[in-house]
Amino acid sequence: MTNVLRKPWIWSFVAAFGVWLTTILFTGGESTVGVTQAALTFAAFSVIVGLGQMFVITLGPGNVDLSIPATMTLAGTVALKTMETNDSLIVAGILVALAIGVCIGLVNFALIKLLRIPPIIATLSSSFLIQSTAIWYNRGLRIKPPATLTQFAIGSTAGIPNVAIVALLISMGMWILLEKGIFGRRVAAIGQNMWAARLAGVPVDGTRLATYVLCATLASLAGLVLSCFSGGAALNMGAEYLLTSIAVVVIGGTAVAGGFANVPGIWGGALFLFLVVSMLNTYGASAGLRMLLTGVIIIAVIIAASRKPAR
Amino acid sequence: MNWFTPDRLRLLVPALSLLVLLGAIFYLQPRAMSYVGLNLLLNLAVPIALATIAQMFIMMVNDLDLSMGTFVSFVACVTATFLQTTPWLGLLILALSILAYAVLGIVIHLRNLPSIVVTLGMSFVWGGLAVLMLPTPGGTAPDWIRWLMTSKPPFVPMAIVASLLIAALTHWLVIRSALGVLLRGVGGNERSVQRAGWSVVRAKALAYGFAGLFAVLAGMSLVGLTTSADANIALRYTLLSIAGVILGGGEFVGGRVSPIGAVIGALTLTLAASFLSFLRISPDWQIGAQGGILILVLALRLLLNQQQERTRGQ
Repeated sequence: MTNVLRKPWIWSFVAAFGVWLTTILFTGGESTVGVTQAALTFAAFSVIVGLGQMFVITLGPGNVDLSIPATMTLAGTVALKTMETNDSLIVAGILVALAIGVCIGLVNFALIKLLRIPPIIATLSSSFLIQSTAIWYNRGLRIKPPATLTQFAIGSTAGIPNVAIVALLISMGMWILLEKGIFGRRVAAIGQNMWAARLAGVPVDGTRLATYVLCATLASLAGLVLSCFSGGAALNMGAEYLLTSIAVVVIGGTAVAGGFANVPGIWGGALFLFLVVSMLNTYGASAGLRMLLTGVIIIAVIIAASRKPAR
Repeated sequence: MNWFTPDRLRLLVPALSLLVLLGAIFYLQPRAMSYVGLNLLLNLAVPIALATIAQMFIMMVNDLDLSMGTFVSFVACVTATFLQTTPWLGLLILALSILAYAVLGIVIHLRNLPSIVVTLGMSFVWGGLAVLMLPTPGGTAPDWIRWLMTSKPPFVPMAIVASLLIAALTHWLVIRSALGVLLRGVGGNERSVQRAGWSVVRAKALAYGFAGLFAVLAGMSLVGLTTSADANIALRYTLLSIAGVILGGGEFVGGRVSPIGAVIGALTLTLAASFLSFLRISPDWQIGAQGGILILVLALRLLLNQQQERTRGQ
């Protein structure tokens, strides 16, 4: 038991569970199934982008990917246009989305490496270019996703939303990558001390490149799933995921200074963030009050989580 | 050859980019080369320059403020509502919000919290407060701010006078004054500042307090230009202010910042937007072209830095 309590992600789950309980108690238990399913669905999108952001943040101070929203928009837009509501082109659409992710990751790292600029500025500049490409490609058209994909995205299997299952599978893959594979060790080593990692023979550039590609690819995938879920790609559909992707990583107990990451916390953070908003909705809070309280709660959780002894 | 100190060379790229951009605009639109034209071009640069300076104070102590845009929007809403109807209450709210920034600096330091995340949370707080005050766009700018922002000094447009004043004042504060040296020292090596007997907590509180003060000025001057406010009026200031500091030769860590560079960076970003509209680039590509300009300037800086290293090596 004490072992579980020492895990960095435990507090995000405690907080999420607390908020979940308050919400369903307020409605007398009637909304249990509805709230849980909605939470799993919407947390799934934050989880997919949060996982990528987690690897990037773990690379060390200054590493963060600000191009996630633009990447989601571009991948969703182009993939839906490729599929043209045609079920037989689904595989092609998914491949196109993934290819876009890989390209954006390559461009991001090329900017960071060749121009020697901080990742924040590099991904910010590239996000402007990506956003423009999406606007130009989209031309205000809203193409529907193929019927099969829509049904899959809004459906559920054995009571669990399909998107949550997808996110869970990806999370398991990322957990293996982080905890069991050499890649996770390398990312953490770079985050703890880049020079030491280089001297220890870690291929620093290759690992960083792979991390940025991974993050952009996950963002593309999230963009595709989200646009199928909401019946079409919208130009601003990724906007809220900029803050969300960073917030879920940090609430989940991953070190912002890099070097230490954990996958379960991403789920805790994502569920917590969604549940806070839905709880405030249940209480009938106005939009302004909802935002205000979300901010206060996020800060309170971070301050509470910082109570652990210094390393 | 002492004139070419590294700090001055750092300013060269931002200054050159600004001049090239200005030259290109004059070439495309000769009528911009007038009192009215320059005023129109640079008007919106004043609040952006102030917000960039505010962000610079945070970056100076190795932190980053992701709530800058929402905070400036919040200030704009206070200015257009409370400061207009009941000035003492408006001033009180603004003073308290500056105090909140200082407290934030203390909490972030004492608890060793990541500034990115705390300010991310604060962006919800400021945004929520702004929406509560002004659910729909509205309000009116107080007359004296309106008068100040639209006044027409002889020969030189207000925007340029204001930019020069901001640059001179903050240059003195950050580079020349003892306080500025201490604050930059915290960014450079916190531990050595502490060992030398200064209070790092006090320094962080001051840095955040100054950031709050300049962000408040940014919000007030913005309302003076737009005459009314909206809860989302300045959201893009978060990224603009960070980009402005970097364009002006600042660094994310190490307390290496340049107030004059930051003001120049803000002016460059403002002019870049006008330049693109003069070029008649399709609106689809305007954001993208801004990203392109950012990349171009940074590439230029890299080239110059390499040149500098090469000459130093000889």
